[in-house]
Amino acid sequence: MILKTPAERNALLARSKTVAVVGASNNPMRPSYTVFSYLRTQHRFDIAAINPTIGEIDGVPAYPSLTAYAQAHGAPDIVDVFRKPSELVPLVREAIAVGAKAIWFQYGVVNEEAIELADKAGLDVVVDRCIKVETARFNGGLSMTGLNSGIITSRRTESHV
Amino acid sequence: MQDHSFGFATRAIHAGTPPDPATGARAFPIYQSASFVFGSTEQAAELFQLRSYGHIYSRISNPTVAAFEERMAALEGGLGAIAFSSGLAAQLCTVLALAQAGDHVVSSQNVYGGTVTQFSVTLRRMGIETTFAPVDDLAALEAAIAPNTKLLFAETIGNPSGTLADLRALAKLAHEHGIPLVVDNTFASPYLCRPIEHGADIVVHSATKFISGHGTTMGGVTIESGRFDFASGKFPLLSQPSPGYHDKVFTETFGEFAFLMRARAEVLRDVGAQMSPMDAWILLLGLETLPLRMEKHVANAKAVAAYLQARPEVDWVRAPEMGAIFIFGIRGGREAGRRFIDALDLWSHLANVGDAKSLVIHPASTTHSQLNDDEMRKAGVAPEAIRLSVGLEDVDDLTWDLGNALEASQ
Repeated sequence: MILKTPAERNALLARSKTVAVVGASNNPMRPSYTVFSYLRTQHRFDIAAINPTIGEIDGVPAYPSLTAYAQAHGAPDIVDVFRKPSELVPLVREAIAVGAKAIWFQYGVVNEEAIELADKAGLDVVVDRCIKVETARFNGGLSMTGLNSGIITSRRTESHV
Repeated sequence: MQDHSFGFATRAIHAGTPPDPATGARAFPIYQSASFVFGSTEQAAELFQLRSYGHIYSRISNPTVAAFEERMAALEGGLGAIAFSSGLAAQLCTVLALAQAGDHVVSSQNVYGGTVTQFSVTLRRMGIETTFAPVDDLAALEAAIAPNTKLLFAETIGNPSGTLADLRALAKLAHEHGIPLVVDNTFASPYLCRPIEHGADIVVHSATKFISGHGTTMGGVTIESGRFDFASGKFPLLSQPSPGYHDKVFTETFGEFAFLMRARAEVLRDVGAQMSPMDAWILLLGLETLPLRMEKHVANAKAVAAYLQARPEVDWVRAPEMGAIFIFGIRGGREAGRRFIDALDLWSHLANVGDAKSLVIHPASTTHSQLNDDEMRKAGVAPEAIRLSVGLEDVDDLTWDLGNALEASQ
């Protein structure tokens, strides 16, 4: 299903353990590097890079494809996508084939056909959101930076930052 | 957590301040610490590269100040906020986040005298020119917009004239020219008006006024909507590699957060006009009662304006269309105004507004005294005008004092 609310995104992140970042770059200037580096140094998820053009990012090995990753580690809980919208349909087919549980399309990574395909195959789908921002929304990171997390609670929680 | 959209009063009390994770303290703690220990060298590097969230040094961010920032962003409906040491600091840093020497600002001329001076003297000395035009003259404002103009500036409620800005029209004009609308919302407070809902891109406040609510604390804040496209090419400070931050391209790395990230990580860092944790804590406390106070401020102001309109010593009253600050003209001009203010007993004669206490001032000799006659007329201030900021006292006591002073003025 397509996850549209903060609570649904929070629940997805809470139940997920492995994240495969498709299109992660080893160029520190790129947003995909920033997101990958944030997820890596949070030490919350087991993360991997999917990028046929590089060997590793900061010591984390990169896999040429989702299929190659799945052969080594099994199906990822979340496939996080930094690819052109035109490349998304075959990528979703591959994600379905390897048994991924969720697919997360980053800012601007939007293709209606790919979204519908993933949704119909039973994957959880997040569209036009940043996994770094959403992780920080729920772990207090946004709040630390004066950003509007939208979260109001009088319940005592642990900070994960 | 559950999905629910919280109302304004709930956000005014809760946004930004969940129970302290470390201790469970329900009142938000005052983190009076200059610096914060890194968890590891890896975490330190991530923080300095702006890839992770956390506090380094309180000139750039601080937990108590961040709680105030988030609450202001939640109340204005913004993406995020940055607190400053004063309203003028918030305004200056907002301009510096968008403009540099050689650039240009178009501003309403119906604005605070200190803003006119900041723009027309200090910014000009830094190479940023400002053209002023009446806030209700869209043709003049449009004619003033040049290729190097980086923002359009206006006050929701002009100080002290009370002129209301047509925010939708101003936003449309600004956006047609590819520039953001920056609105000073101090006199309205987010309770009475949320400019972002009307198309504004950036909101600034003097938090010293209704946000503090008690005349105790200097502060300022900038809130940004996250909706404006700063990657258009018109804002090289945001869309070109920044020598102030490892050649980072803010629009590329941070997307909708580009303005907020640069305004904090470069401008606030380098200007050093940060809010103190103690002051943020007082302002958080002030915000908790903002809805209650604004209702009473507005009701009292309406009653006081009606009282003045019926008095023979009063030539004219610009009754507030919104808010609790307005001007009236006393019969007998400047001299009668002096006698009136000297005869007041309960109203405080001082340079501030938005206090629980009722305040009075004669703009021509005080807040707008740096302006020449021409600038003063342009700002909508007559020499006989007296500005009132109506507080939360009993209306009968306020009008009793005004009545005595009006009699003494003639």
